[in-house]
Amino acid sequence: MNRNALRAFVVKEFHHILRDRQTLTILLMMPLVQVILFGYALRSDVRDIRLAVVDPTPDHATLELQSRFIATNRFRIVTTSKTPDVIEPLFRRGSADVALVFEPGFASHLRGTDPARVLIAVDASDPNTGTTSLNYTRAVIASYQDERSAANMQVRIVPETRMRFNPTLESVNLFVPGLIALVLVLVSALMTAISLSREKERGTMEVLLVSPLRPQQIIVGKVIPYLGLAFANVLTALLAAWAVFHVPFRGSVVLLLTESVIYTIVSLALGVLVAARTASQRAAMLTAMLVTMLPNTLLSGMIFPIASMPAWLRPVTYIVPARWFIVIARGIMLKGVGITILWRETLILSIMATLLLAAAMRSFKPRME
Amino acid sequence: MSAATGRVGVPGKTGAADGFAIDARDLTRRFGSFVAVDHITFDIRAGEVFGFLGANGAGKTTAIKMLVGLLAPSEGAAHVAGFDIRTQRDQIRRNIGYMSQRFSLYADLTVRENIRLYGGIYGLTPGQIAERTTTMLDTLGLSSNADDLVARLPLGWKQKLAFSVALVHKPRIVFLDEPTSGVDPITRRQFWELIYAAAARGTTVFVTTHYMDEAEYCDRISIMVDGKIAALGTPAELKEKLGADSVDDIFVRLARGAPKGAAA
Repeated sequence: MNRNALRAFVVKEFHHILRDRQTLTILLMMPLVQVILFGYALRSDVRDIRLAVVDPTPDHATLELQSRFIATNRFRIVTTSKTPDVIEPLFRRGSADVALVFEPGFASHLRGTDPARVLIAVDASDPNTGTTSLNYTRAVIASYQDERSAANMQVRIVPETRMRFNPTLESVNLFVPGLIALVLVLVSALMTAISLSREKERGTMEVLLVSPLRPQQIIVGKVIPYLGLAFANVLTALLAAWAVFHVPFRGSVVLLLTESVIYTIVSLALGVLVAARTASQRAAMLTAMLVTMLPNTLLSGMIFPIASMPAWLRPVTYIVPARWFIVIARGIMLKGVGITILWRETLILSIMATLLLAAAMRSFKPRME
Repeated sequence: MSAATGRVGVPGKTGAADGFAIDARDLTRRFGSFVAVDHITFDIRAGEVFGFLGANGAGKTTAIKMLVGLLAPSEGAAHVAGFDIRTQRDQIRRNIGYMSQRFSLYADLTVRENIRLYGGIYGLTPGQIAERTTTMLDTLGLSSNADDLVARLPLGWKQKLAFSVALVHKPRIVFLDEPTSGVDPITRRQFWELIYAAAARGTTVFVTTHYMDEAEYCDRISIMVDGKIAALGTPAELKEKLGADSVDDIFVRLARGAPKGAAA
């Protein structure tokens, strides 16, 4: 087979991509914009929790606890009162999210043997925000408690909430691996589908199929430039996540990039399959969106945890490539684990890549029946 | 495949096919119960300009697609450049050029890049590509536009360029599917000069057209009606035989005899 032919074809593909400045800019900026948008707007962690404090007997212990809340940068004390009757109107007006009510003599109980009681009241009209706020509140009290018991005396029973791997509960940390999965699918599947169906629509595909170029070479030639673009996108997303949100990267960058290549091949093959089965660019674009974007966003665990899906839906997620890639990317980035832990997911992705690529090659033969 | 570039190739097969650039025997293609091409038989000599005429839907494009290897025949046999269209598609591909009904160059590539692309696909060396690019641009008078995007060229120039690019690897046979549709008469004239020049160099030209005046320029023509070849011969022979003044006249008479279902 002719190497020069493939090279000539790949050069042409690069020309197409580099000449279309608008699309190229969008493709290159997409990971940056997505990371920033998701990072800021769609985070599920709660900031700026307005705290109402009821403290009948102010004392250095209660004041210190209050200052702990302020020090987290998540809480803002909106009012401090000696009586609990202020809380109800505050909640009604929506001016407070959490109320912290110390029992009278809280500080002296703390020094004595009786349990020191504090009531946490939460505005749970938005259950997610409410639960998250409650957990933050408990965490602050727990850490105060831990320090005290370490310093001197008894441990008191406070519900313990420990968030491993993501101690600050930064949802952006969880989003970034999902975003990489999304951007890769978008660039690979969508752009390949569009670019192949464009050749069909304009009639140049016919000329290519009459030439000595083989269908496999056409597919490989289409896929190579987008693989490069996908690579650039992964790096941009990681860099943006690290620079803007300080998302940690605990594992091996090389491993993540390798896994990204496998996942990208899966997406590219999907794009080829879509292009082979659709008649126009527009149909190819919409179909690619439908079969790649939606499942990879909604059924991958990127936004909605798979564990909270109904039992009949969970098996469906097994065929969503992003589901496996997200487990891999989260494992590498947040837990710092390697291939010894992630071999199963990697194997599944590799099998998907092989099968889909084979199907894509078959589907693109000129109809020679 | 470095040998693919020379014009003086050895035909892949001897016997009945020897001496003919294309020969077809009862070539047939069905789509379900519809017979698009119905047992057509013809021979085309090397260096001939062969006009393949017919109304829209008469089966011209289906026939071309079988000859260039985009469609498998349902029945019958054909050889192109001496190679069997069923079993030797790879060899055929290296020996033919093809210009489809639709514009076959890339508008977002420059003139030079298009030539380089097709030269590369057909296995020319960088040296050969450079040399042929210069010659081609000189012949077409496009030297000063070599680095312009093809999108910016006027339609007539685009068509002439597309034709020259289809010949970049010096194929033995070139298939032109309605190469001049939508082009003004002067450019069509110039286009035909290019076709003659190619034929004079020994290239066999297989051309379909809608324009009956163009049919007069061909060495021989066939007229397809309803998937069958209704007439075959030189324009002069056919006019004499049917007592017609022009190819146009022949065409109208033959096409009128066809049932209505033909114009699909």
